[in-house]
This record gives sequence, structure tokens and C-alpha cells, in this order.
Amino acid sequence: MASEILQQLESLKNEKTKIEHKISLLEAQLKDINLQNDAASSYLTNGLAPHMIHRYSRHLVLPSFGVQGQANLLKSSILVVGAGGLGAPALLYFAASGVGRLGIVDHDKVELNNMHRQIIHTEAYIGQPKVKSAAAACRSVNSSIEVVEHEEALRTSNALEILSKYDIIVDATDNAPTRYMISDCCVVLGKPLVSGAALGLEGQLTIYNHNGGPCYRCLFPTPPPRTACQSCADGGVLGVVPGIIGCLQALEAIKIAASVGEPLSGRMLLFDALAARIRVVKIRGRSLQCEACGENATFNQQYFREFDYEKFTQTPLCVPPTKLNLLPNESRISSNEYKEIVVNKEPHVLVDVRPAHHFKIVSLPNSLNIPLSTLESRLPEISSILKKDDEEEKGLVNGSSAKLYVVCRRGNDSQRAVQYLQKMGFTSAKDIVGGLESWAQNVDPNFPTY
Amino acid sequence: MQLTLEFGGGLELLCDSKKIHNVNVEQQNGEDKLTMKGLLSWVKTNLIKERPEMFMKGDTVRPGVLVLVNDCDWELSGQLSTLLEEKDVVVFISTLHGG
Ligand SMILES: [Zn+2]
Repeated sequence: MASEILQQLESLKNEKTKIEHKISLLEAQLKDINLQNDAASSYLTNGLAPHMIHRYSRHLVLPSFGVQGQANLLKSSILVVGAGGLGAPALLYFAASGVGRLGIVDHDKVELNNMHRQIIHTEAYIGQPKVKSAAAACRSVNSSIEVVEHEEALRTSNALEILSKYDIIVDATDNAPTRYMISDCCVVLGKPLVSGAALGLEGQLTIYNHNGGPCYRCLFPTPPPRTACQSCADGGVLGVVPGIIGCLQALEAIKIAASVGEPLSGRMLLFDALAARIRVVKIRGRSLQCEACGENATFNQQYFREFDYEKFTQTPLCVPPTKLNLLPNESRISSNEYKEIVVNKEPHVLVDVRPAHHFKIVSLPNSLNIPLSTLESRLPEISSILKKDDEEEKGLVNGSSAKLYVVCRRGNDSQRAVQYLQKMGFTSAKDIVGGLESWAQNVDPNFPTY
Repeated sequence: MQLTLEFGGGLELLCDSKKIHNVNVEQQNGEDKLTMKGLLSWVKTNLIKERPEMFMKGDTVRPGVLVLVNDCDWELSGQLSTLLEEKDVVVFISTLHGG
């Protein structure tokens, strides 16, 4: 059954690709014809083609934007780095409003757990490159602009070449090393950078390297410790929060591109979704001592190409979940070994050290939730349960005693917990390697991961 | 003097997950007037409940924390030597990287 469906899916997808190809050919033909027609028009339209006048009419009748603003926008080029929670709405607005050339950089694929915030992607694109999905969405909103796909991770080796092709850069990425890299690259190339960030229920927004304002390094000359940089995967994020910041990034970039209004340069917008509060604060100007943009800065293209951002921020550019290795092998068991223990009904206690709100999402049967942060105060609880289990088993198997196993989401906190438990006298404590993610991957694919 | 202290960007987790603290702080360590330096040491002792290294490094805030006095970057008012006045609002915010 499944193989039949897969086969059908495969052939339908092939057909889809062929149809998409045909569509893009026809679209290109139509565009050529429109261009020829537009050129033939004899009315005075300040360089705007008739179909553009209709499409952008609400911009054109806006006194503070008008024909000039729209013409500037149509001539501009904007690069969005990251087609995720911030980039998704920004890209849609750029396409809709008529940014002449729109570039998208991303190396990720669309996943189901992106959909709650990355609203540019549709379910049909799950498993496909985000760049492809986002570009298709932008083209379906506005087929008259140029959309450029950069399906690759931004690195020091390709950043100068990619960024140099655009007027304005939008940082919609999700990690510290990439943020430093993009800012430095913008300084070297002299491009304004519209930078947004969101996590949990908060967002931040500012424009760097513009109108004498600071660059990212002026504000944050020293990178934060790695432990201070939470990701959306670990810390969580309410979908609409990056959406709001992404929309504001679009607004600021459109203002720069169209040359209207006061850009958010030298100021930073702080958004607190829970308190329903937006505060705009004044930040420092360009720092004379800045390593990237200061008076005696030696930061140039060559220096940029050789700069090691992963070392500088002590964070890898592509954020793979950290895999700690704190324990000797004899203090660890695999998820499959744990499954055997359950199947054989071996007496044991399973402690789940995830935070309580994680435990509520999903947990293994008969596991006891003791969050790592409360472990110290709840040791007596573990002792008494182990003792009780021992008493129940007495007489059944001689000398056997209940074993203590520890599990968490990915197998890092469980190691920290076992390290502590062993120090406190629970010498037989072991952790389950890879945590619940490994259980889902190797034992039971029906166990939901998050 | 009466001050309003606000923590954001995750720093509130270090002080009982409470974002806004209305506090009464007097000058510290023999200072004539309360400075940001004095306030930081007061905050570290009185408000920070866990992982102080996530708030401070040496005698100043750790890298990645913005300090705002009355909605203005403390770089513009003299950083640690900024003089505080009655009813000032001081914001400590950790920079975010997510998206
Ligand atoms: Zn700078």
C-alpha cells in the first residue's frame, strides 16, 4: 500500500515539475510581451509601466510615498538572509511591494515544526529547500519582480560576492556567528543592514551601518557567552512574534529603498509581546574604537575572508544540537538497551530530568519527572523510591536491586544529572544516550518528537 | 532613592522571572551619589538569584547585555560612572539571536 502511494506521489511530483517548468516559460514570454507593450505606450507615466500603475496604485496615491518612492523601490535590490520566522513575512512584503530584485539566502529545508511561524512556506514544500519554497511564494505574489535564489549557507567565502549584488541587507538569521559575519560584511561593502531578532515572546530591531549609526560590533564588541544564546528550538518562540519583527524589518528596508521617512538607525526597537509593549531606545553611535568600522579599523575584504566567526563566538555557524560526552561508557545505555530492560520487566526507576513544561508535552510510561534544576532538593525522593522497589523485589531475585536510569530530550542534561547523582552516592545511575530523540529514532518512531 | 529596574531578553530568568522591579537603593560602597557601578553591585547582591555570571563579568555587565538609563544607551551617559537620580528607569536587556 505505502509503496504504491509513494510511487504515485513520485510520478505526480515529476508531472508537477514539468508543469512548473512550462509555467515559468510561459510567464517569461508574457513578461516580454508586456514589456514591449509598455514601451509602446505613449502616455507620460514617469517611467512606470501601465500594469505597474494599477498594481501599485495604493502606494502611488500615498502622498509621502508616491511615484518617486515606488520608482526607487522598483530600482532597488534587497537581500534577505534566512527564510525563517523573520524572513518569511519580510520576503512576502518585499515581493508584494515591488522590490526590483529580491535575493534569498538559506541552506535549510522546510520542516513541519517551522510552519507555525515561517508563514511563507506551505505543507506541500516540507522536505524541500526553503529558498525554493520562499522564491515560489514570492513569484506567485508578484511575477513582475526578479527573485534570486541563493541555496547555500552564508560563509566568509561567499558572503562578499552575494551581498555585493544588493543595495540593502536584511539579517533574518538565527545565530550569533552569522550575525557578526553579516554585519562585518556590510561594513566592508558599505551596505545598510536591517537586523531583527526574536525569541520566546520578545523581539529586537535596529538598522546597522547606516547614516553614521553603529555597526553590530560597535554595540557588541565582545560576543556573548554561548550559554546566553538560546535558539528557538530550545527556548521556544510564539509564531507571531518573529512575524511582527519580520514585518518591521520589511518596513525599515522599504523606507531605505524608497528614500522615505526616518530610518531606525541609532535607535533600537524592543518588543515585549506578553506585556504588549514596544519601546524605542537611543543607542550609541559609531564607535571610534570599533574593530570593524572604527577610525583605525583594519577590517577589509581580505581580513573578512579569513576571519573565523565560529572561533570568535565559540559557536558553530550551522547550529547542530550540542552532543556532550561527560560519562564513561559503563555509565550509559542506548535507547535499545533500555527497551530490553522494559520488555524484560527488570526493576528500575526512570527519572526524566527535562523541565516540567517539556514533560507535559510527552513522556515515557512510568517515568518520574525531576527537572535538573530541582534534582538536588529531590534526592531523598529518589532514594525512597529505589528502596521501596528493592523491598518489593526482595525474595524474588537474590541480591538484585532496582537500577536508576536518567533520560532527557537529547541526552545532555541526563549526563549532567548522572554525573551529579554518582557524586551523591547513586553510583549505579546511568543515562540513556541521545535521550527521547534517540528513543523516537531507534525504538519507537511513533514517539512524538518536538 | 526610588528606581524602576527592568530585565528582558531572558535576564528576567535570573531574578525569579520577574521583569519589573520597583526598588529603593541608597548609594553604595561609600559613594557620594548612586552610580551605575553601585547599582550593579546592589542588583547582583539583591536581585540576581542564580547564575550571576550570566549577568555580570568583572565589575560590569557581561558581553551581550545592553544597559539603558531612561531609554538611553548607558554608553551615552558614562557607563559605570552614570549618576542615577530619583525615579530613573534602568533597563537590562540581553541581545537576542533567534529568528
Ligand atoms: Zn562598528
